[in-house]
Amino acid sequence: MNNRVVSEKPQAVYFYGTCLIDLFYPQAGIGAIELLRREGVSVIYPQSQTCCGQPAWNSGYRDEALAVARRQLALFPRPIPLVIPSASCAGMMKMHYPALFRDQSDEATALNVAGRVYELTAFLVDVLDIRLTDLGDPVSVVVHTSCSARRELGVGDKLHTLLRQLHNVEILEPENSAECCGFGGTFAVKQPEISAAMALDKAATVRATGAQRLVSQDCGCLMNIGDVIEKQNQVMPRQHIAELLWERTKN
Amino acid sequence: MSTEFRSNVAHALKQDAVQTHLRTVVDRLRAHRQGALSDDAAFEQLRNRCEAIRADAIRRLPDLLEQFESNAQRNGIQVHWAETTLQANQIVLGIMQQHRATFLVKGKSMVSEEMGVNAFLQSHGIDCLETDLGEFIVQLADEKPAHIIVPAIHKKRREIARLIHGHFPGLPYNEDIETLAQSVRHFMRDKFRAAPVGLTGVNFMVAETGTLCLVENEGNGRLCSTLPPVHIAVTGIEKVIARLDDLPPLLNLLTRSATGQPITAYVNMINSPRRPDDKDGPDEVHLILLDNGRSRIAGDPELLETLHCIRCGACINHCPVYRQIGGHAYGTVIPGPIGAILEPQKQGFNAAAGELPQASTLCGACAEVCPVRIPIPAIINRLRWESVRKNQQSQNSRPVVPGAGSGRKPLEALIWKIWAWCCTHPGIYNRLTKLATRLRNRLPADMGVWTAVRKAPKPAQATLHEHLRTMNIDHE
Ligand code: SF4
Repeated sequence: MNNRVVSEKPQAVYFYGTCLIDLFYPQAGIGAIELLRREGVSVIYPQSQTCCGQPAWNSGYRDEALAVARRQLALFPRPIPLVIPSASCAGMMKMHYPALFRDQSDEATALNVAGRVYELTAFLVDVLDIRLTDLGDPVSVVVHTSCSARRELGVGDKLHTLLRQLHNVEILEPENSAECCGFGGTFAVKQPEISAAMALDKAATVRATGAQRLVSQDCGCLMNIGDVIEKQNQVMPRQHIAELLWERTKN
Repeated sequence: MSTEFRSNVAHALKQDAVQTHLRTVVDRLRAHRQGALSDDAAFEQLRNRCEAIRADAIRRLPDLLEQFESNAQRNGIQVHWAETTLQANQIVLGIMQQHRATFLVKGKSMVSEEMGVNAFLQSHGIDCLETDLGEFIVQLADEKPAHIIVPAIHKKRREIARLIHGHFPGLPYNEDIETLAQSVRHFMRDKFRAAPVGLTGVNFMVAETGTLCLVENEGNGRLCSTLPPVHIAVTGIEKVIARLDDLPPLLNLLTRSATGQPITAYVNMINSPRRPDDKDGPDEVHLILLDNGRSRIAGDPELLETLHCIRCGACINHCPVYRQIGGHAYGTVIPGPIGAILEPQKQGFNAAAGELPQASTLCGACAEVCPVRIPIPAIINRLRWESVRKNQQSQNSRPVVPGAGSGRKPLEALIWKIWAWCCTHPGIYNRLTKLATRLRNRLPADMGVWTAVRKAPKPAQATLHEHLRTMNIDHE
């Protein structure tokens, strides 16, 4: 799927870091911003951003989701793209804000913002047509494509498009790659037993590739799978795609 | 918090052998489906057509049912309406008593499972014999089907061999499925000949002709509906379609999605009881149309898509949760994603099934394969909201699911309130996240089941907000 709605390379974009990256994986956010800036796009990071509201939306707490989402809407007044280094959060804004704000007074604003949302890898590939030169040592990475990227936004292949530009990176796919890792946000809290069983299965297939690193476009999956692997005392550093790309291509 | 569902899950997850077996079968079903979809574009076109057929049928449900009823009646089929499963069972019982019948043979039917007709009739001294091989195995084991297409999906071959040998000591022990099937078939033949009544389900009802369509692979459905002098068909009211022309695309999609077959071995089209010049067929055909909450569901513009389902089972085969826990853990007649949306709507949130919308990571695998494109994750989202909604609030839709709001727990609601307050006050949010980073080495290492298999997540040394304040970027 081509998610391109702007025809020319924008001069500036808003950047939405997501709460998970904010607290656990800031390097992913920094990597993404550096990549964007190197392409000549200036990045605006509204400091008042918090969370997109997805956890409450997926739990049925729509009033709370709406209140939180509404606060985010106000942060993106200019008609420029909004880039999000997570398919899950991008999916929330792009695919679910229209339903969340249906019949609300600010529905038009929500639709406007939703229309400007890009998942990072899709933005790098489809809009910026980014060209990367690999400066890193040979490494093998196992790729986990998040369900939001694969099925909700249809941008799962962008991760591979980007990685294939890095000549020293060997890309490995786990068996049963399309299967969910079992995170599911609040699912992991509400049904921890099923979530744990799924995470164990996913970690096993990921480990079986023998890759040196685990890469994804979504930090929720990285945390879920990576923390299982760590618990098993295995060394397989996890990296968000943006962090990996920046690390291997910066001068 | 332990619920019925969670203890079912805990039990299911402990059965390693069953789990491993289940995965193998589910993977095979996935591969079969994949193998049956050679041309992507043609398949998507077929899906479009079938989605439209089902949407149109459910939109015009009352009209089509009326049309169907009058055509079926004109053909000589006796149509009965049942609001509840009890009524449906009583109608079956009435027909049995009218014919002084104490025994019936049964084809595979999920609606008969919904009715619990076997147990009901048994309590009135009437025996039911399941004649579908999978259902027969489940019946011998005194269990419930674990899948809507493959009822004995959880049973390994050896287990089946032992089960059959245990019930038919006269048969030599054998693990070859074909041989086993042959022996069962042999046993069934006499039963079919002797049975006064045959009961089956229905896949589709054609309104314009009054036809019942039933597909199957073993021929037992045909025998149940032709050999005994009385045929009782049971089905849900949502199975109606407008035209005979709608049938070929639906059957095509149904069988490919279910088992990867281009067509089933048997396609039964039942129009009427035996006519004077017919070589076979029952003297009476009864159709029982069960509502059991369906018309209530049909009244909601979002939820009604649940009724588009053609029961192919593809969503079940592709569900990562089902793959882990199997069918019985759901505790409902229909398991998997379709069960997780349908059963709570039928039974209400106060029932154990009310928890089933939580049995999903919202990964979207179900919607991706659903032949009629039911937006299962969106319906799950809607049901999660229904479950915790405040009943009094002036939302634009009335609660349609019984027990709406009963899932709202004060503590959980409070946590979401606090969460929302923090996330709408960036100053507070930033202070809290910063605090978490400063306490990163002192956070609890034990977080229940999460940390039973994972290390506890550890906040970064500083938040992205903090990092970026020192970078030269616009914060607007
Ligand atoms: S919901 Fe869709 S995929 Fe699932 S059984 Fe029904 S038709 Fe098949």
